[in-house]
Amino acid sequence: MRLWLSTALTAAVIAAGPALAEDTITIGFTASQTGALNNDSTAQMRGIELWRDEVNAKGGIKVGDKSYKIVTVSYDDESQNTRVQQLYTRLISQDKAQFLISPYSSGLVATAAIISEQYGKVMVTTGGALEKTYQLGNKNLFQIYTGSSQYLAGALAALKEKNPSPKIAFVYEDDPFSKSVAGAVREMSKAQGLTLALDESYAGSTTDFSPIINKAISAKADALLGGGHYADGATLARQLNEQKAGMKWITLLVAPDSPKFAELGDAAVGISVPSQWEPQVTFKPDFGPTAGAFTSAFSAKYKIEPGYHAAGGYAAGLILQHAIEKAGSVEPDKVAAVLNQLDVTTFFGKTKFSTDPKQHGLQVGHQMVLAQWQKKGGKLVKEVIWPKDAKTADVVY
Amino acid sequence: MIGIIASVIDGILIGSVYGLAAMGLTLIWGVMKVINLAHGAIVVLGMFLLYIASITIGLPAYATIPVTIVFGFAFGVMLYWIAVHRMIGRAELMSLLATFSINMVLIGLGTAWWTTSPYNVPVAMPGVTWQGYTFTGTHIMAAVLAMVIAGLLYLLLYRTRQGKAIRAVADNREAAELSGIPTTQVLSFAFGLGVALACVSGTLIATLFPFTVLSGEAYQLKSFVVTVLGGLGNPAGALMGGIALGLIEGLATPFMPVSWIPIVEFGLFVFCLIAFPRGIFAFSKA
Amino acid sequence: MIPVWLRPFPWLVVAASLLYAFVPYFADNVQLRESLLLAAVYIVLASNLNLMIGFAGYVNFGNIVFFGLGGYTCLYLVNDLHWPVMVAALVGGIAVSAIALLFGLGILRLRGAFFALATIGVNQAIQQLVINFEPWGGATGIYLSLDSYGPLGGPMQALWTAYLLIVLMAALSLLGSFVIRNSKFGLGLLAIGQNEDAAAVLGVPTPLYKAMIYSASAFLPAVTGGLYFFKSGIIEPTSAFNLQTSIEAIVMVMLGGSGTIIGPALGAFLYEELRGFLLTAQAFSNFQLVIAGMLLLLIVLFVPDGFLGWVHRRWPRTRRWLE
Repeated sequence: MRLWLSTALTAAVIAAGPALAEDTITIGFTASQTGALNNDSTAQMRGIELWRDEVNAKGGIKVGDKSYKIVTVSYDDESQNTRVQQLYTRLISQDKAQFLISPYSSGLVATAAIISEQYGKVMVTTGGALEKTYQLGNKNLFQIYTGSSQYLAGALAALKEKNPSPKIAFVYEDDPFSKSVAGAVREMSKAQGLTLALDESYAGSTTDFSPIINKAISAKADALLGGGHYADGATLARQLNEQKAGMKWITLLVAPDSPKFAELGDAAVGISVPSQWEPQVTFKPDFGPTAGAFTSAFSAKYKIEPGYHAAGGYAAGLILQHAIEKAGSVEPDKVAAVLNQLDVTTFFGKTKFSTDPKQHGLQVGHQMVLAQWQKKGGKLVKEVIWPKDAKTADVVY
Repeated sequence: MIGIIASVIDGILIGSVYGLAAMGLTLIWGVMKVINLAHGAIVVLGMFLLYIASITIGLPAYATIPVTIVFGFAFGVMLYWIAVHRMIGRAELMSLLATFSINMVLIGLGTAWWTTSPYNVPVAMPGVTWQGYTFTGTHIMAAVLAMVIAGLLYLLLYRTRQGKAIRAVADNREAAELSGIPTTQVLSFAFGLGVALACVSGTLIATLFPFTVLSGEAYQLKSFVVTVLGGLGNPAGALMGGIALGLIEGLATPFMPVSWIPIVEFGLFVFCLIAFPRGIFAFSKA
Repeated sequence: MIPVWLRPFPWLVVAASLLYAFVPYFADNVQLRESLLLAAVYIVLASNLNLMIGFAGYVNFGNIVFFGLGGYTCLYLVNDLHWPVMVAALVGGIAVSAIALLFGLGILRLRGAFFALATIGVNQAIQQLVINFEPWGGATGIYLSLDSYGPLGGPMQALWTAYLLIVLMAALSLLGSFVIRNSKFGLGLLAIGQNEDAAAVLGVPTPLYKAMIYSASAFLPAVTGGLYFFKSGIIEPTSAFNLQTSIEAIVMVMLGGSGTIIGPALGAFLYEELRGFLLTAQAFSNFQLVIAGMLLLLIVLFVPDGFLGWVHRRWPRTRRWLE
C-alpha cells in the first residue's frame, strides 16, 4: 500500500505541472519487501521513510533559500538481482529519480551500483558491506556501512580473550557479502595463529543444516562463526540448538541483530552479532537526532526497536540531505563533491568516504561493535560486548 | 567413523521423505505416461497446508497428515479433469506443458497470497542423541511416517481391487478397458493418489525445515533424480531411490564440501538417464 | 522451389529488424530500448529453441544453459583477460556450440520426456559446477569493471551498441531458421520431428542431424548471452541458468506457433511485453505467472499450433508470406 502511496504521490506531483515539481527532490530505491531478504530490508526501508517523514514535517531539504520536499519512489525488488536491474533502470529513466539509495544486501547493492554508474547518478549505499563493489572504478557511490573485512575482527578478539585456542567452525553463506567476510576471517586467523577446524560454505537457499552441523560436531568445534543473512542465519541458530551442537561461542552475521531473532527463545541466548549500530551507542552527532531520539521515534512509529539496518537506512537519507544542503544544489556533481569531503559524526557514528579512485566511496570512518543476546531477568536483551570502551555488558561465554 | 555413520543415518532419514515425494511423481508416470511438472508446486501446497493448519487453525502438526492426504487427493482429481484428461495419448510435450502451466498458476497464486518470504512451522519433538550427534525427533518422525504411508500405498496397490485396476491400466490400457475396467476413472484416481502423495510429503518436509513458495522446485528436481534412480513408474523403486539418494548425500558429506553434493546428484541423474533408463532398481520386466 | 532471397519473408524480417533497431536509437529513448532489448533477447532464445522443438521435435527444457554459459565465457574473457567484447561474445558462441555438440552426442540418444529431463539435469549440473568454480566467481558471479565499457566509448554508448548487436542476433536467428527450413537439412529435421524411426529408415542421417541442430541452436543464444550480460555488467549463477526463463522460452514458442519461423518471435515479443507491463503495474506483478500459466494451458488445450497456426487457418493466404 505504501507503494501505491508513493507512486500516487509522484503521479500527483507530475500531474500538477512543472511549478510543483520544482519544489521536490525525488529519491529512488528498491526494497525487498518480499523474498528471503524481506525482514531486514523492510527495516532499512522504514529507516529511510522515517527520515523522509521527519524532514518533510520540518519543511523539507533546504537548498539555498528554498525548501524542497522529499519524494521517495520505491519498488519491491523481491530480493532478486534481475528485478533490481529493471527497477533501477526504471527509477532513473522513467521516474526521473535525482538521487538513489541502494537496495539491501551486498549482492543487490552491487547490481544497483552498475546501473547507477552507467547513468552517472549519485547513489548512497546502505545495507551493503561488500568492499569489491567500490573497487570497480566508480565515481558516484558512497557507502554508509563499514566494509565486510571488518565484520568478524571484534568477534575473533572477544573470543580469543575467553579462550586463547578455540576450535573454530567457520560456516558461511555462499554469497558475495559472506564470502568476503570469510576471506578476511581466514587472513585474520592466520595472522593470529588460529586454525579453522571447519571452513565451509552453504547455498543461501539451504534449509537443512544438519549435514554441516554434523561436520562441525565431528571436527569437535567449540566455537562457530559465520552465517549470512536473516533467513539462513535464524535457521542455522535454531538447528544448532535442536541438534545440541554444544558450541560455547556462536557469532552469526546479520541475523541476530533483528529484533525478530528473539523469537528463537533459548536458541538465541549467547549468540553474538557484529553490528553497524546499536540503540545504546552514545555518539555526539554534528547534526540530526541522537541515537536515543532516533530509537524513540522509530519505536513509536513502528512499534518495534530499530536494529542497525533501520539505522543505516535513516543515516543514508541523513547524510544525503546534509550533502545537498551543504552543496546548496541538487546537481549530482556538486553533491558528490561535498560527499567526497565529508568527515562528520551522526547518531550512526563517524562517516567518511574514501576518495582513492581504486576504492572510491568505501566507508573509512565508521567502526563496528559486537552485540550479544543475553538473558536478563527472564527476558532476552541485546547488549554491546565489544569493543571494551563501548560495552554495556560483559561477555557471556 | 562415527561421524560418517551419523551422516549416513541422517541421510537415510531424510531420504525416506525424498522417496515419499518421488512416489507420487513416479506413480503418475507409470500409470499414464505423464510427467507431472506441477509436482513441486503441490509439495509447496502441502507445506502451506501445514502452516495453515498449525498456525492459523492450531491443529497439532502431525494431525494434519490425514487432512493433507484427503485434500491432496481431491485436488489431484480436480487437476486431472481440468488439465490432464485431454492430454493422455497426445504428444508428450503437450502433457509436459499442461502440467507446467498448472505449476505456473499455482506458484503465481501462492506468491500473490503468501509472497516469497520464508515461513516456518516450529514442531517440537524429543530427539535421540548418540555419541554427540543428535537425530531430531522431527526427522525420525518424518521418516517413520514416510515408511508408513509407503506401506499403505503398497497395500492399496497390491491388496485391493482398485489397486489391481491401477496396475492393469498401467500395464496395458486397452486390455484393461476391454476387461471392463473404467479406465478414465482409474486414471483420475491414480492422478489424485499421486498428488496426495506429493502433498503429504510437503507437509512432512515442512515439519523439518522452513520453506517458501519457491521451495518446491528443489524438491521437484530431487524427485526427478530419485525417480530416475528408482525407475520411472516404479513406486517401490522410488522409495528405494529416495533412500539411496539420502545415503549418497550422507556418505558424500563428510568427504567433500557440502556445495559439491548437488553436482554429484545431477551428474548421477544425467548418467542414470543415459545408462540406466529403467532405473537402477528396475524390478519390472523389459 | 523459389530461391530463398526471392521470397518475400526474409525481406520482411530485414525491414522489421531495421525499424526495431533504429527507432529507439534515433529517438534516444532509453526506456523503449530497455523494453525492446529484453524482447529481442527472448526472440533469440525462442527462435533457436524452435529449431529443436518445432523442427526436430525434441523439447530442450534446459535451453537456458547455452545463454548462461555464453554469458560467463564472454564476461570472463572481457573482465579478466581484457578481450574486446564482440570477439569474446563470438568465441563464447563457438565454445558453447562445441560443448553442446559433446553433450548432445550423449543425451540425444534419449527420446521424448527422457530427453527433456536430461536437459534439465544438464542445466542444473552446470549451474552447480559454476557455483563451485572460483575463477568464474563461484556463487558470487562476475562483476564487470566499469572500465570495460571504455573501448566502446563509455557506458552510455556501450549500452546502445549492445542493443544494436542483440537486435542483429535476433534478425540472424530468424533468417537462420528460414534458411535451415528451406534446405535439405531442414527437410530431414522436419522428418525426424514427424517420425524419427521412419526418417531413419528412409535414409535421413538422424544422429548427425540431431547433433548438428542441437549445436546450432546453442550458437546464437550463447553469443546473445555474452552481449546481454555485458550490458548488465553482472552475471551470477542463479539468474544465468534460471530454469524458469528456460521454460518461459518454451511457452513463447508454443504461444507463437512452434515450427513456424516468425511464430516464436511473435510469441516472445508478446509474452515479454505482457510481462513487462504486469511487472511494473505493481498490483499485478504477482499475477504475471498466473496469467502466463493460464495462457499456456489454454493454448495447449485448445490452440496447440499457437497464434500463427490460428492466423494461418483463419487467413490461408498468409501462409505464403508469413512464415
